[in-house]
Amino acid sequence: MNPAEANLVDLVQFFFMGIQRGCIYAMVAMGFNMIYNATGIINFAQGEFVVLGGLMMVSLTMALHLPIVLAFILTVLFVVVVGVLMERLTINPVKQPTVLRLIIITIAVSIITKGAAMMFWGKGSHYMNHFSSAEPLDFHGATILPQTLWIMGILLLVVAAYVFFFNFTMTGKCMRACSINRDAARLAGIDDRKMVMLSFALSAGIGAVAGIIITPVIQMDYTRGAMLGLKGFGAAVLGGLGNSTGAVAAGVLLGVLEALGAGYISSHYMDAIALVILLFVLFIRPSGIFGSSEAMRLKEF
Amino acid sequence: MKRMILAMCVCVMMSFSASAVFAETDAYHVGCVFSITGKASWLGEPERNTVQMIVKQINDAGGINGRQLVLHIEDDQGDNTRAVNAIKKLIKKDKVCAIIGPSLSGTSLAGVPVVTQEQIPMISCASAAKITTPAEERKWIFKTAPNDSDAARNIFAHMNTHNIHKVGIMTDSTGFGAAGREQLKAIAVDYKIEIVADETYNPTDTDMTAPLINIRNSGAQAIINWSIVPAQSIVPKNMKDLKMTIPLYQSHGFANIKYAEAAGDAAEGCIFPAGRIMAVDTLPDDQPQKKVLEAYKKAYESAFKDHVSTFGGHAYDALWITADALKKVGDDPAKLRDEFEKTKFVGIGGVFEFSATDHCGLDKDDFSIMTVKDGKFVVLKE
Amino acid sequence: MKGKNSAGLIALILAVILLPYIITNDYYLGALIFAGLNSLACIGLCMLMGYAGQISIGHGAFVAIGAYGSGILTASFAWSPWLAMFCSLIMAVVVAIVLGIPALRLKGHYLAMATLGFASIVHVVSVAAVDLTGGPSGIVNIPRPKLFGYLLQTDTQYFYFVWAVVIIGIYCAFNLIDSRVGRGLRALHGSEDAAASLGIPVTWYKVQVFILSAVYASVSGSLYAYYVNYIDPGPFDISYSVLLVTMVAVGGLHNIWGALTGAIVLSLLPEFLSFVSDYLRFFGIEYQQDYDTLVYGLILLFIMLFLPEGIFPSLRGAVAGIIALFKKTPRMSGQNSGPIAGRRFSGHDK
Repeated sequence: MNPAEANLVDLVQFFFMGIQRGCIYAMVAMGFNMIYNATGIINFAQGEFVVLGGLMMVSLTMALHLPIVLAFILTVLFVVVVGVLMERLTINPVKQPTVLRLIIITIAVSIITKGAAMMFWGKGSHYMNHFSSAEPLDFHGATILPQTLWIMGILLLVVAAYVFFFNFTMTGKCMRACSINRDAARLAGIDDRKMVMLSFALSAGIGAVAGIIITPVIQMDYTRGAMLGLKGFGAAVLGGLGNSTGAVAAGVLLGVLEALGAGYISSHYMDAIALVILLFVLFIRPSGIFGSSEAMRLKEF
Repeated sequence: MKRMILAMCVCVMMSFSASAVFAETDAYHVGCVFSITGKASWLGEPERNTVQMIVKQINDAGGINGRQLVLHIEDDQGDNTRAVNAIKKLIKKDKVCAIIGPSLSGTSLAGVPVVTQEQIPMISCASAAKITTPAEERKWIFKTAPNDSDAARNIFAHMNTHNIHKVGIMTDSTGFGAAGREQLKAIAVDYKIEIVADETYNPTDTDMTAPLINIRNSGAQAIINWSIVPAQSIVPKNMKDLKMTIPLYQSHGFANIKYAEAAGDAAEGCIFPAGRIMAVDTLPDDQPQKKVLEAYKKAYESAFKDHVSTFGGHAYDALWITADALKKVGDDPAKLRDEFEKTKFVGIGGVFEFSATDHCGLDKDDFSIMTVKDGKFVVLKE
Repeated sequence: MKGKNSAGLIALILAVILLPYIITNDYYLGALIFAGLNSLACIGLCMLMGYAGQISIGHGAFVAIGAYGSGILTASFAWSPWLAMFCSLIMAVVVAIVLGIPALRLKGHYLAMATLGFASIVHVVSVAAVDLTGGPSGIVNIPRPKLFGYLLQTDTQYFYFVWAVVIIGIYCAFNLIDSRVGRGLRALHGSEDAAASLGIPVTWYKVQVFILSAVYASVSGSLYAYYVNYIDPGPFDISYSVLLVTMVAVGGLHNIWGALTGAIVLSLLPEFLSFVSDYLRFFGIEYQQDYDTLVYGLILLFIMLFLPEGIFPSLRGAVAGIIALFKKTPRMSGQNSGPIAGRRFSGHDK
């Protein structure tokens, strides 16, 4: 292999690495957007949904030896229930909701979830088997894990389901109506509180899926939520809050940028590189790459 | 509103009565600071479990000199500020005569000025050599974890016998990783080994592809990874994903079979220095530590249904050294300190010989070079 | 300054003078010193959040700049602590200007993300720039400052020193709030567009208050470094920035006293939990420190669920209630207190 070719192989390898993490950021960002659209708040417990999904999946597959498909469904259901409980117990009862107060509540919930996960699953790092073989596939000298292909495939499925739900089902259309104008939607007979609950359920579900598919690659422990949440938030903002196709693109972009930064500059400054780029984008386009400033004006903080 | 006022009154009363609870003056009070929760809970938890197990054993047997041993255990969550605070609390509120811990190099170094000023002996469970060196400046500080410098020497010595001259090192950015990096760079020269790549990464990173590729491009003949969990399981996995076949050396922090399990068959053949507790079954019967090691392993694994690790062993050694000294000189901190300097003790970490110039007590030979074979730790050479 | 605020300030001064006579244990004084340091940062943040209506989840970074500036200049370059503190303060101001001018054009969650990102970057740099900051091993041997020729050696001395700074900080904050700038800020909090149309230089005011809050945070960081005599990146990660915002919100956003209450309560909560654990052990209930995270989260949740405006306004309501009980006169509701209760942060009604 000549040096130019070797460089190209490295580039492809970094690219695969970036895609893999980017897909996860994209899914976390989609979760953020769903709750944001329904309530106008950023759910700081979003990362914890991912952790819960990963840990539950580990228990079901590695300890109880359930088949993967069954475990997958049960895990998603479990996290959805957690999401609904969170909304019913902590968001719904709030009589005078202000954005800041709701955000602090989600911070409290994330601390509680973290504490509960620590007690239930312990402090160790948990691992689980890959969905299919763990042997890397060769791609012109670079290697890619079958699990990465799973991750990409499932992200595409989730996006497809998302598009279908919000464009072709009645409930999805109601949710969109609520996110555009809450009062008008209510006047049209839509139960907006139910929509809030549904948004928590869906966003918990997406978080769970992200946790399930990434755990075989990165392992999972109870402290992971904060970092995943931060990156997902970054992706959501970069894509324009509330804009889910933007979030997917921005998530993948952020992942690839991080990977390239880690490869060519320094893995030490990796997190900072992605964030510096994020800041610059925000300073140039205050509503994200794909966000519109008009949509932002409607969502007063 | 009335109910709220009542509740407040009850709270205030509860807090006042609580302050009077622990007045067991005729007991020996020893403080422990471990990273029980947070990023380094994998260290703090076995340490906490171990000391709780031993203190029960001591008190059930009638205590020390007929007095009970009371442990005050604090959690620093791996955070230096909390560690400093916890040490202050132990000294000023609980009036302890000695402190065991902290678990980490960073938290231990942060605690050094406090215990030095308050003149309370501290036995750290962390490995950075600079915790106890130079001994004249570290009058009150001892430690039971082996030096990271000795771990590095073991690795380089093994490389010398296997004709490896160029290595790539990768360290995480914790106190443990940073101290390891310093030692590796300083000691490599003594063994005529050239460091051709020096990569650092964040402990929260979950993908080591980038540093591994950089090391691959540097032409290194072997990799040394110096980190805490979970990176040490991810590195062998990522190497396998990248189809890298050069030998992987890890630090002594790898010495918990769980990390090898997490990496699966990717961990096979990975080489690391560790205390003998990890390979107790393979020791010859005349090895001086064998009995102690077997007893501890059995007690720990039956009590906590968990694998034994070297880290709990550091707390085991620290507590028994303290208990032995308490038995001889009582709970005067200065006398305890002097007694520690004279201690000779056969423990989990090795055969300790403390002196006025050596506050670590272990040396290079208390490590064994081990590897992973069929999912188990085995000794490469004794 | 309004009468009630001066009365509060005098009460605080008295409490500070008396406390070391009541609390003789150095450890608890130490806890109160940390509470004071957090209070200082929170007062600044409260002016930014409660009065100017701008959120920042990045003030931990300014605390870090103060701490590292002071730490590096005193420990590595042997500067006088006061000079080092002043220089790191100037540095915080410069950073606040450079960051503030573009960032304060952002709104709501975008501003939150920008400040959060900034805090993250500062944290990464403090870990990675080993030659400057000592990396994860940190900086040791940071000296205590001398005041009027006396070294602030004991915890009691340092307690007085820190809380004196806090009181000066509160005094300055109140003066600012009652000034022309303060009135401008409140107008801006109500509606930026309306304020701008009245001729208030909106962006400049926002940047000014951002700088001021950075100064408070930086001083808090410097004093932290001098107290602990050791710094490393650990305490200044993003969770600290989030904690500062939480303190302000828990105490009551729209009032300096609220920020102070929140900072003190959340700083002392872990001490209180360990108190309770001793108490439970007395009754034979083994309370593990592992539960701390969970209990802390639950308490935070309950405060936010049941004390809508934060602790301080509710506390004030309770005090008013007690007084009313004795006076047997119909009492006023303690709700919706503070200069501009609600408004900008209540964008969404349900």
